[in-house]
Amino acid sequence: MSAGGPHPPTVLGSSAHGGLAVAGHGEGGHHPRQQHHFYTMGQQLEASILGMWVFLVTEVMFFGGMFMAYIVYRTWYPTAWAASSNQLNVIMGAINTGVLICSSLTMVLAVRSAQVGSRAGQIVNLILTMMFGSTFLVVKYFEYAEKFHHGLVPGPNFNPHHVLPDGTIEHIALPLGSQLYFSLYFMMTGIHALHMIIGIGIMLVMLRWAIKGRFTPDYYNPLEVSGLYWHFVDIVWIFLFPLLYLLGYNYRG
Amino acid sequence: MDLLYFFIVAVCAFFAVLVVALVVFFTLKYKRQSPNEVGADIHGSLALELLWTAIPFVLSLVMFGWGAELFFKLSRPPADSMEIVVVGKQWMWKVQHPEGVREINELHVPIGVNVRISLGSEDVIHDFFMPAFRVKMDAVPGKITTLWFQATLPGVYHIFCSQYCGTKHSGMVGQVFAMQPQDYAAWLAGGRANGTPVEMGHKLFADYQCATCHKEDRTGRGPSLVGVAGSAVQLADGRTVVADDNYLRESIVNSQSKVVSGFQPIMPTFQGQISEENLMQLIAYIKSLKPAASK
Amino acid sequence: MTPERHSYLDAPYGLKAWLLTKDHKRIAMLYLISITIFFALGGFFAAGIRLELLTPKGDLLTPDLYNKFFSMHGVIMVFFFLVPSIPATLGNFLMPIMVGAKDLAFPRINLISWYLYVIGGLIALTVLAMGGIDTGWTFYTPYSTIGSSTNVSLAIIGVFVAGFSSILTGFNFIVTVHRMRAPGMTWFRLPLFVWANYATSLVMILGTPVVAITLCMVAAERTLHLGIFDPKLGGDPVLFQHLFWFYSHPAVYIMILPGMGVMSELVAAMSRKQIFGYSFVAASSLAIAILGFLVWGHHLFVSSQSIYAGMVFSIITMLVAVPSAVKTFNWAATMYKGSVSWESPTYWVVGFMGLFLVGGLTGLFLASMGLDIHLHDTYFVVAHFHYIMVGGAIMAYMGGLHFWWPKMTGKLYNESLAKVSAILVFVGFNLTFGPQFIVGYLGMPRRYHTYPDEFQVWNVASTLGASILGMGYMLAFTYLVYSIFKGEAAPANPWGAKGLEWTTTSPPPTFNFDVDPVVDEPAYNYNPTGKGVHVG
Repeated sequence: MSAGGPHPPTVLGSSAHGGLAVAGHGEGGHHPRQQHHFYTMGQQLEASILGMWVFLVTEVMFFGGMFMAYIVYRTWYPTAWAASSNQLNVIMGAINTGVLICSSLTMVLAVRSAQVGSRAGQIVNLILTMMFGSTFLVVKYFEYAEKFHHGLVPGPNFNPHHVLPDGTIEHIALPLGSQLYFSLYFMMTGIHALHMIIGIGIMLVMLRWAIKGRFTPDYYNPLEVSGLYWHFVDIVWIFLFPLLYLLGYNYRG
Repeated sequence: MDLLYFFIVAVCAFFAVLVVALVVFFTLKYKRQSPNEVGADIHGSLALELLWTAIPFVLSLVMFGWGAELFFKLSRPPADSMEIVVVGKQWMWKVQHPEGVREINELHVPIGVNVRISLGSEDVIHDFFMPAFRVKMDAVPGKITTLWFQATLPGVYHIFCSQYCGTKHSGMVGQVFAMQPQDYAAWLAGGRANGTPVEMGHKLFADYQCATCHKEDRTGRGPSLVGVAGSAVQLADGRTVVADDNYLRESIVNSQSKVVSGFQPIMPTFQGQISEENLMQLIAYIKSLKPAASK
Repeated sequence: MTPERHSYLDAPYGLKAWLLTKDHKRIAMLYLISITIFFALGGFFAAGIRLELLTPKGDLLTPDLYNKFFSMHGVIMVFFFLVPSIPATLGNFLMPIMVGAKDLAFPRINLISWYLYVIGGLIALTVLAMGGIDTGWTFYTPYSTIGSSTNVSLAIIGVFVAGFSSILTGFNFIVTVHRMRAPGMTWFRLPLFVWANYATSLVMILGTPVVAITLCMVAAERTLHLGIFDPKLGGDPVLFQHLFWFYSHPAVYIMILPGMGVMSELVAAMSRKQIFGYSFVAASSLAIAILGFLVWGHHLFVSSQSIYAGMVFSIITMLVAVPSAVKTFNWAATMYKGSVSWESPTYWVVGFMGLFLVGGLTGLFLASMGLDIHLHDTYFVVAHFHYIMVGGAIMAYMGGLHFWWPKMTGKLYNESLAKVSAILVFVGFNLTFGPQFIVGYLGMPRRYHTYPDEFQVWNVASTLGASILGMGYMLAFTYLVYSIFKGEAAPANPWGAKGLEWTTTSPPPTFNFDVDPVVDEPAYNYNPTGKGVHVG
């Protein structure tokens, strides 16, 4: 351990000069959006995309916990599962499914617009995506309200019932396990809706950037990566819809 | 069990001493002699890698096999076991003998007899642990679990709750009194017996009107329960299941889940209406319904 | 004197520059400070536990307070100390340098991960101020859902936020290793520390979300009455255990794998020799990470889990011991014909090897189902996991901190005091946890604050050991902090070790290398021509 100043750092290997010409400073300049620690824009793009995929894996595991609980309890209480699924509003669920699929289309079109350099296309499609997303949330609100009115919220107020036209209350007998179903229903769709809200927030940021002309055919990483997130949220719903809504079709209580 | 324990101690001690000795030896023998010295140019050895992968692998399989066999034995109470009902609740153990004698935080047993404990819980998860007999089992609300043991030496032994259950977890302790058979009989006779589990179960059977549908002559709307405990039951959905304790329990609290073939799903569910202790007494009663040898 | 130079420590200057930094090295130091604070807090609770256990009666703390002490000790040590420790400090500092990059793939996300850690920590402190929780760090239902009247939901939020921080760290590491390696740095030239953190990151991203959602379910049951684990509604409290341990078992590999990575680096450097069986050691990190996901049921042998499921978990648990054994043998073989120096990091290395060995081997007792019936939830288990987590992970963390201290701070610490500290920790640790194996085998359950008199002698020995252990840590803290202010300036390569980090200055400049590295040799290449290395 010698004292008196550091020695010049040695580079491993034989090339003692700077090695490859690092895209960064000087010669040709670098793209204004290239971050300092990346060698090339290509590397930056690949890193962002890999990063979003890794993040989506964590989201799969996050929802996965709830799907596991669903699988276990559905195996134990198939009748309760079917009877409870019967209580859900398939029409609203189907509308929401269609709405989300359309929103994924407009999202792709927004990314495509950036690829071909159409700022108007980006703006229109981003706004449409947000509108579809908001429609989803509005329909969800009405759905949840219906559940509240029918006493299907688990807990001390769980009291499944219809109100008949003449005002009498008709109780619905749901088997043991139904409260578990509805707990999972609210958790799964609730957390999904939360992800939608976050997605719409992200779209707002994307819209702002699109309006400012930030995305060009050679740089639209944030759009691409937000698109991946949006599609993921859509796919989760594609799983939720049949698993939650479509079980009761053959159930005759 | 102790034999397996000491076997593993021996294996571990061997490897621990071996590795530690080698490390100490190497660090001393190959101590750096000069400031710029480096080590030898050795990269690895496939043979060694395979050797020290294979040997631990084989040893661990032996430990697994032995331990699994032990676990199997400990999970299967012998058929001739004396049945004791234990229910845990924050923060005490309620014990009931087949003859009806009840204890709190104490368990008297005769030596040389297999004892099977059916465990339940009224609130959170507890665990009934008797270190002297090397057994424990969780008491889970909503289920019945079992453990069994045989005391061989008379004495007093610890009972501990060993699943954290709140404030008085460390206070949920008790004692096992293992006694000579004649002393046990004497103790039993002197105990206040206010109904055996079977008798209590019979009373509950009447109180909850079970007999309305479950008639012994098979004319009822529900299946006869005579001889059902432990038998194979065919269900309406085609499956065949064994009517063990948990099946009987589930049939009371969630009757729609396993409907017997040939019967309608009309039995009410008693979820939340019958305590764990009473459920276990009902089950004890049902298990006592054996077909008459001759009439 | 040293010429004027800008290292990452000096420039840019100012508190704001530090709090808004994107430099992975500064973020590592920020983590180091906050993690040390939580370690001290967790240690305080441990002290309370050991003091109470000096006597068989509950005379120091009320039952409820004792239950809160061990719960807070567990939550803080697991989620706020051990899980982040090596990855967030040493990992953040070294990973980019070791792969030859200027920073991690996502520097701003790295900073966000630190802020999330701090927020999670503040929430935990709030819970503490509001009385703490008493559910144990394991939050078992139904006690955590219907039994406890403490601030469980808020604590869950704190853990959730801290968990998100660790997910971000893991995901940053994965993308960095895949996409940021310098030219010539192939996968099999990577230092084993990188392999270890990569494997750890896989576990972090796959496991942490599961415990996050599981704890959300507990919070939902408490606050919204969504009774997913409620037996009265047909729910199964044991389902919680399955979901919880699905993360928490791999979590213990999150805690030890980076430590094993540190060990590989230190053994190679202190022996000045190529790691014996490099590819086997690298592969064993991945094997441990993968197999670690398949063994969670060994926590549930006596929970009413089926016997057959138990058998599957038991055999796989036995298998996961094998890669750890392989690593241990490889480290020992590395020392054979090495040039071994007894500088202070070696003390930590040797200490680790002894303690990790005992900890890992005692896992075999617990993996063997029949034995686990007796040993489950006794002090035997407590001793086992402390041997691995403290004797293993923390020794490795301390060893790594010492080894890379000159690089990170540019200062040298007092060698003699470091050796004393390592010895104190080793002796104190064994005295604390060795007796716990015995008292556990004799039947003393965990989480008990009163116990039968016959267990007292072991408990007294354990508490005595804990005091020595505490002194060892406090000594280390003292001379390390002192060195920052008064330590001798460190050269670029005080240990004469191989590795990209030793080719740059101590401390490194902000962008790590003055010249972009190009790699054309394997890791630990101490002996290309049999000539020596340059020290200094």
